[in-house]
Amino acid sequence: MRTWFRRVWETDPRRDPNSVVYILLAFFGLTFPIIANVLSGGSPGFLLSVAGDAGVYLLLTLGLNVVVGMAGLLDLGYAAFFAIGAYTYAFIASNHLAVTPLHTALHVPFWIVLIIALFVAASFGVILGAPTLRLRGDYLAIVTLGFGEIVPRVFKNAATWTSGVNGISALDTPVLPFWIQGPWSGDRLEIVQNFKIFDPLAYYVIMLVLVVTCVVLVRNLQNSRMGRAWAAIREDEVAAAAMGVNTVQAKLLAFAIGAAFSGFAGTFYGAKLSLVSPENFGFSVSITVLVMVVLGGMGNIPGVMAGSLLVYYVIFILLPMLPDTATSVANALGLSGLTQSSGDFPGIGEFASRLKFLVFGLILVVVMLVRPEGLLPSRERQQELKKGTHDDTIIEDVQAEVG
Amino acid sequence: MSEETILRLDHVVKRFGGLVAVNDVSFDVKKGEVFALIGPNGAGKTTLFNGVTGLLPPTSGSVLFEGREIAGTKPHKVAELGIARTFQNIRLFEYMTALENILVGEHCRMRAKLWDSLFKLPRERREEQEVTERALELLRFVGIERWANSYARNLPYGGQRRLEIARALATRPRLLLLDEPAAGFTPQEKVELMRLVGKILESGVTVFLIEHDMKVVMGISKRIVVLDHGELIAEGTPDEVRNNPRVIEAYLGKQH
Amino acid sequence: MGAVGDAIRRRRSDLRAGLTGRVLDAGLYAVIIAFVVLLATRVADHGQSYLLQILFFALANGAIYALIALGYTMVYGIIELINFAHGDVFAFGAFLSASLIPVFGMSEGMAWGPLTIFQLLGVFVVTMLGCALLNVGIERVAYRPLRHAPRLAPLITAIGVSFFLEGVMFLWKGPSSIHYPDILPDVGFDIFGAHVDIRELTVWIVSIVLVVALALFTDRTRLGKAMRATAQDRDAAQLMGIDIDRTIAATFFIGALLAGAGGIMYGLSYNTSVFDLGFSAGLVAFTAAVFGGIGNIYGAAIGGLVLGLIRTFWDGYFDSAWSDVMIFAILILVLVFRPTGILGMRVPEK
Repeated sequence: MRTWFRRVWETDPRRDPNSVVYILLAFFGLTFPIIANVLSGGSPGFLLSVAGDAGVYLLLTLGLNVVVGMAGLLDLGYAAFFAIGAYTYAFIASNHLAVTPLHTALHVPFWIVLIIALFVAASFGVILGAPTLRLRGDYLAIVTLGFGEIVPRVFKNAATWTSGVNGISALDTPVLPFWIQGPWSGDRLEIVQNFKIFDPLAYYVIMLVLVVTCVVLVRNLQNSRMGRAWAAIREDEVAAAAMGVNTVQAKLLAFAIGAAFSGFAGTFYGAKLSLVSPENFGFSVSITVLVMVVLGGMGNIPGVMAGSLLVYYVIFILLPMLPDTATSVANALGLSGLTQSSGDFPGIGEFASRLKFLVFGLILVVVMLVRPEGLLPSRERQQELKKGTHDDTIIEDVQAEVG
Repeated sequence: MSEETILRLDHVVKRFGGLVAVNDVSFDVKKGEVFALIGPNGAGKTTLFNGVTGLLPPTSGSVLFEGREIAGTKPHKVAELGIARTFQNIRLFEYMTALENILVGEHCRMRAKLWDSLFKLPRERREEQEVTERALELLRFVGIERWANSYARNLPYGGQRRLEIARALATRPRLLLLDEPAAGFTPQEKVELMRLVGKILESGVTVFLIEHDMKVVMGISKRIVVLDHGELIAEGTPDEVRNNPRVIEAYLGKQH
Repeated sequence: MGAVGDAIRRRRSDLRAGLTGRVLDAGLYAVIIAFVVLLATRVADHGQSYLLQILFFALANGAIYALIALGYTMVYGIIELINFAHGDVFAFGAFLSASLIPVFGMSEGMAWGPLTIFQLLGVFVVTMLGCALLNVGIERVAYRPLRHAPRLAPLITAIGVSFFLEGVMFLWKGPSSIHYPDILPDVGFDIFGAHVDIRELTVWIVSIVLVVALALFTDRTRLGKAMRATAQDRDAAQLMGIDIDRTIAATFFIGALLAGAGGIMYGLSYNTSVFDLGFSAGLVAFTAAVFGGIGNIYGAAIGGLVLGLIRTFWDGYFDSAWSDVMIFAILILVLVFRPTGILGMRVPEK
């Protein structure tokens, strides 16, 4: 533990930006509730809720990073597993099943559904992956795209089982077996049984726990036998196979784990929103997560996390503010004529709100052309940039690192 | 030195559409020897290697490893069964360190399961330490321990070739296929390579190599087969092959 | 493509060699037969004139899909890239021509005079050229720099371009469908109880002309042969003195010509367009290209027709809400079971 702290303390941000990002993320993660409280003048609920939503995307990004960044498989239909996770919660943690031909509702506790959804989503990952992971990269991408289109449509069309377009609402609120209330929430100090979680702060905390858990698990995986296998497959699949790596199995595992994370995120999402609807799981969600992974730095965990938060901010906070900002700027500049629509021009406000797709596309293209390794490249990509340096190290260093 | 056959090719044919790359080739590799496959460029030697290791399954014929049919087996399974190889054009994992390259080689001999890796259980931690020790040993074995932490692409050429051999050895093979291991080596490096092959033999691994450098081939091989245009034209000891008129014609007839 | 085809065929034969393979094959045939039988009963229910009507629509739709599919297949054949943006070029064709129609002096519900055909021709030419130049520009800016990058990169870029184009159309005309001027005369004739409108006739005639022109072009002209050569073996083509960059640009150009024409005819037929038309149409067209054997021009044309038939018949006789699912399912099934195409046409071996 002490050595870890010492290493972190001695990290030079220019040489190891990753550690710095981890520290920053941890710091802001822990202090955000206080910041939110200050920013909102005492009612941080909304900000915390937004942060919780950002957390959902964080989980999705971490999962897709395993598939795209670590194993090198392009998945264009990632939202499908997200939908599966969310609908799993909707099915088994609400009154919904009562209106289906089954006629009996299930109310599985949130914490258990997390695990169940994980396995359900992973199973679908295996079902999709088993016949398709043998395909070459672009075909695989299209297949995942197809799957990503099929799943939400099935949820939409199979109305007898899924309530179709209306979605499933009034999902169960997560419940803690017991909770300690105290002066911090304005109550007497006591132990409460079956505590229902409504407070955005509580969701925020749950999200933090989920994210930290996932980060730890993925990091462990990255530095393990399978992580190396994935890196090898990404580099040279033929050589990897010749060295005894079962490439199909490895890819399947990456796919399943990615799907599992997505299912995880879906359950949290469903519980928090208390509603699932097929419209929320379309192609743009899949692409948003992909942009987060690509922009942040494929394969690099702190990188994709930073990318996720950045893109979330731009898409969900910045861009929605744009119409009003644009209108006020136009008015301030005396160009209030721009705020009106004429012919095809819908007025500068509406125009600004329509920029979303364009921005997406531009980010993807520019990043790929200019900095395909992303903002915070993984170690390998960094090496690609630093042309050939010889590291003369002696064995003791290696042993120290490993021990 | 046992006379047991470790690898047998029986009437192996490999066709690519109309082109016959390997035409009815049969020979045995005996356990514990250094066996060489030579021939002019384009004779089909690497294709043969690919056929044995599962990269390009033979069109017909059988390949028996320790008595067991392996023609058409997937490459990773072949490695698991005990055959490892290096590549003519060096296929290292360039953006992984030398150490990591070798660790990949150990993949199929490790027992860590998903659960162990995810939660970094003590069993996994122990195994990681063991395999890292082993990898360091292999680095020492081939003589490149000082580049343990360097990215594979940064190693000097000779180091890269040796790393590929170390990586192959990490899979604990009983048969090692070397595809032109001495290509581009200085004479000094060639001597060191021959010594390394000797060390590998001593450790109980049979070596089957493709090579163009006659000094190396004649110097270390116990038996040689010669391929020309996909056909086996000679087989025997270095002396026998050296003086075989068909072999001489095959080589003199083409520039090599 | 040969080595890949080899590898895919090998894996496919691995999969199908065993019992699992046979069972899956049998299952696939069973599903297809069941579908056909079900369709036959529905057809019988609705009668002959309905069947004929659906058939005419299907052939028109199929022709448009074929035009788009050709662009996908040619580009994939030559640089092994799925040009995600191609469907959006098609949609752009519809948008562009909608705006050009008044420019060329035509308007909704107009009467046709002797000059009108030239006005329409003008719209066609300008739109097609516009789309072609757009596609060439995309290739130059977004794909060429990444020609030697690992395969993930151009794929992601292609998606980016697709979003960009959709973004442009979204910005231009907003999220709702736009109205495409109805300029074709109200002409048609009835046959066996089904109505053949000038719309269908236009689509059929123009498509046939374009496809024949394409076939002649790739077969007879120097550039066409260069395209085929580059698709087969880029290095050899280069050694023969073929300018690879120009050939690839030409492929993008021609593919977009066809897509643009398709866009115009879509607008003329349906009198509507929407910013994300390219996404759904593109996916169907890509399925068609894969169906007929990617890289294979005849396959793409036939695939387009077949998929048009399948989709229109489905919409006509079954619940159209599921038709997207069905198309995507076909896509996945074809890629998994027969990546070289259902029609089993030979992709040029590399």
